[in-house]
Amino acid sequence: MAQPLAFILDVPETPGDQGQDPSPYDESEVHDSFQQLIQEQSQCAAQEGLELQQREREVTGSSQQTLWRPEGTQSTATLRILASMPSRTIGRSRGAIISQYYNRTVQLRRRSSRPLLGNFVRSARPSLRLYDLELDPMAREEEEKQSLLVKELQSLAVAQRDHMLRGMPLSLAEKRSLREKSRTPRGKWRGQPGSGGVCSCCGRLRYACVLALHSLGLALLSALQALTPWRYALKRIGGQFGSSVLSYFLFLKTLLAFNALLLLLLVAFIMGPQVAFPPALPGPAPVCTGLELLTGAGCFTHTVMYYGHYSNATLNQPCGSPLDGSQCTPRVGGLPYNMPLAYLSTVGVSFFITCITLVYSMAHAFGESYRVGSTSGIHAITVFCSWDYKVTQKRASRLQQDNIRTRLKELLAEWQLRHSPRSVCGRLRQAAVLGLVWLLCLGTALGCAMAVHVFSEFMIQSPEAAGQEAALLVLPLVVGLLNLGAPYLCRVLAALEPHDSPVLEVYVAICRNLILKLAILGTLCYHWLGRRVGVLQGQCWEDFVGQELYRFLVMDFVLMLLDTLFGELVWRIISEKKLKRRRKPEFDIARNVLELIYGQTLTWLGVLFSPLLPAVQIIKLLLVFYVKKTSLLANCQAPCRPWLASHMSTVFLTLLCFPAFLGAAVFLCYAVWQVKPSSTCGPFRTLDTMYEAGRVWVRHLEAAGPRVSWLPWVHRYLVENTFFVFLVSALLLAVIYLNIQVVRGQRKVICLLKEQISNEGEDKIFLINKLHSIYERKEREERSRVGTTEEAAAPPALLTDEQDA
Amino acid sequence: MGGSGSRLSKELLAEYQVRGTPGPRELACGPLLGSRVRELAAGRPRPPQRSANPRSGFAFQDLTFLTKQEILLAHRRFCELLPQEQRSVESSLRAQVPFEQILSLPELKANPFKERICRVFSTSPAKDSLSFEDFLDLLSVFSDTATPDIKSHYAFRIFDFDDDGTLNREDLSRLVNCLTGEGEDTRLSASEMKQLIDNILEESDIDRDGTINLSEFQHVISRSPDFASSFKIVL
Repeated sequence: MAQPLAFILDVPETPGDQGQDPSPYDESEVHDSFQQLIQEQSQCAAQEGLELQQREREVTGSSQQTLWRPEGTQSTATLRILASMPSRTIGRSRGAIISQYYNRTVQLRRRSSRPLLGNFVRSARPSLRLYDLELDPMAREEEEKQSLLVKELQSLAVAQRDHMLRGMPLSLAEKRSLREKSRTPRGKWRGQPGSGGVCSCCGRLRYACVLALHSLGLALLSALQALTPWRYALKRIGGQFGSSVLSYFLFLKTLLAFNALLLLLLVAFIMGPQVAFPPALPGPAPVCTGLELLTGAGCFTHTVMYYGHYSNATLNQPCGSPLDGSQCTPRVGGLPYNMPLAYLSTVGVSFFITCITLVYSMAHAFGESYRVGSTSGIHAITVFCSWDYKVTQKRASRLQQDNIRTRLKELLAEWQLRHSPRSVCGRLRQAAVLGLVWLLCLGTALGCAMAVHVFSEFMIQSPEAAGQEAALLVLPLVVGLLNLGAPYLCRVLAALEPHDSPVLEVYVAICRNLILKLAILGTLCYHWLGRRVGVLQGQCWEDFVGQELYRFLVMDFVLMLLDTLFGELVWRIISEKKLKRRRKPEFDIARNVLELIYGQTLTWLGVLFSPLLPAVQIIKLLLVFYVKKTSLLANCQAPCRPWLASHMSTVFLTLLCFPAFLGAAVFLCYAVWQVKPSSTCGPFRTLDTMYEAGRVWVRHLEAAGPRVSWLPWVHRYLVENTFFVFLVSALLLAVIYLNIQVVRGQRKVICLLKEQISNEGEDKIFLINKLHSIYERKEREERSRVGTTEEAAAPPALLTDEQDA
Repeated sequence: MGGSGSRLSKELLAEYQVRGTPGPRELACGPLLGSRVRELAAGRPRPPQRSANPRSGFAFQDLTFLTKQEILLAHRRFCELLPQEQRSVESSLRAQVPFEQILSLPELKANPFKERICRVFSTSPAKDSLSFEDFLDLLSVFSDTATPDIKSHYAFRIFDFDDDGTLNREDLSRLVNCLTGEGEDTRLSASEMKQLIDNILEESDIDRDGTINLSEFQHVISRSPDFASSFKIVL
């Protein structure tokens, strides 16, 4: 349809009926005329309609899905009318786009009162004007619409107008002309007084400055482009492996940001002051041997790295007395810096900020990736949305095509399976296998947890092993090996079970892996807070826990390197050289992301005992990024399973928030509220629990005078009193419930609207069939009286196909 | 970025560039800048103190979703496609690059929809070349910040192979062939194709007229959060 089409349409003349807009007011009239029409046409139209339907059944064979199809069964005339219907022109013609945006602008302006259909200006509905009698209607049409749109745009605020213009699917030149037109008249009557041209000398100077700044800025910008972290690397990964693998690296970047935030707060409020006021060292610093990098003990022990190094004094007071026996009055100039309080509140505040950020980003991700009614229409979504435009490599593109083809075939097979359900026996067998595999996986997790427990008990009971530094590494090594090996075992088991959908398979694998990691970490937490605290009486157990977490983190990294080396590089070489397979090993996104989450959990667990742990984690993440990137580009290929990148990132954020962060927070809360801190080291050495520091401070404030008496009050009523907590959680529950109800309501509305649309569609089909039958009858009559005069016929209407030239 | 000669003018940059929602100050100076545009449109020389206003950049508000950096990069990449004598700013803005050269860009080379993309964005009468503004339009739609609405609109036009404003069975089968590969051994069998298209129509053709129009298409797209992240071309 590259050329404008024109053809003559004979419309039966019914005087008085022409040129009237259907409006809600004369609905009854319209009704009457319909009635008349139907009565008039009932005989022949019914016959024709039946004929049509029959023909169409023969053609399609499945008339339930599509009641009526225009191709093949209708004459070209009807097809042309169909082609110029507004719902179809909107996808291709400029005029229709303009009028659609005109309507939107109108709605934006009168947000509260949506205009009725009858109130619209005629040209706002392009379709009704198409059947115009004029010779060149299209050009005038478009101009008219454009001027209307310009007027509407003028009445909008500048910000809204620009937003609107930017979002219009028009070419740049058209947008610019629209904008210039919509700006012109306003400058006249709303000049801004006293802002320009008052002081020309000043202005010229400013002009020179601005120009200089501009060129400087341009140079800086191109430099900045190079500095945008990993822009090129991420583009390359996306181009070669698509969004799915890219999501792993983006997740890694998110984790880096979280750690950087945490580290910033900890350095500013805990480490900085402590470094500025160093306490006296208990003895000469031990010599470093190099093994400390792995164990974190030895010469690292008495540094700012661990809890034990921090003092329990008020830092910038000259007498530096312990907390509860403070005779010094604070100096007038400087605020006293109470280290225990700072330690506690910084950790608390940084956790709180992390929590807020996590919950916010999780909620945002949920809003993005789970829309109301997003579960239906899998075929259409796969076809329309699965191509990844980021892919830039021929090979990757071919791989993507293969994956999409496999996916489509799977979907079709699944669809056919659903329409011919499996036998009872088959389903029973499937359930049995599923149950067995689940049992085995849970058994594996339980076994791992037991093994960790037994081994840690053994470590506590054998005193000769505790003396050597290298022995400290055994427990992290065992845990790391279990963490590495058990998921492989689960994967082998998962190969046995039949899964209907590949997405479900991924979720199940994630779930099992997560259960395993949770079991191991839970056992370890019990080991640290339940057993070690009791065993290490008289020593600094906080330091020990911090060191253990450091060792776990380092060992996790080392094992990850080994896994990358053997699991990816060596496996690739073996499969290429020995097995002569063309396929490279796949990059297992789920397992890798879960490893990242595991590492992050370790960091959060250790923040209280080793404030520098986030720094270690940052270094680790940076190294992981480069190692994984290199290994990926050299050894791996994109997974051939379909991967819903945004759903998966939402799931991973949720996992990061829910078991990982929440677990760490519970662990730390328990440590702060319930466990007695060791009496020989750390900022809380004189207190019963760490939380006491806050209470002691409040008592101080009460003693200090009435000026700050609101603080103890706040403490007493809001923190100590449980009523406030109940109130907040009740409010939260109410909000959640309201949201659920709103979503349910929306779902109902969507159903209703869908029903309405399909009704309208049926109306449309009905009307078009009527039109068609009338047209055909006319044609037949015309043919029968060929040669007679045609003056009596209705004036011809010109129908042109609107075209976006 | 070369010498200052190859740089875009500040006004032009500001015109293409995206900004956040302007604050009240910018809103207040809107009318003043409007008059500025009129002067420019009328071809009158502007007094220096008018341009001296640092807010004059706001005269040309955002027409694309690109940032300044991205526009500069796009201009550089576009100039690389041009012959040496056309690389100055003025002639590069007027130049038309034929499809063959645009398609040789690595960002488009592996894309099965590359011809369609170029056709949809071309404003030349013969639809066989892209100007710099068309190129910017293309990048703007495929950028990070473009709204899902405009992305889905252009996706619809890309998938509408016969340009008739609606996706019919023919369009859908060509689309599926693009997705799975055109070769004899790679495309779906006829029965699979028919089944697939039937399913697609059943799922998304709400008004049951046998084709998918723009709003039905956008309805499907709105349910897929991955679309906005995958409908992206990074230069």
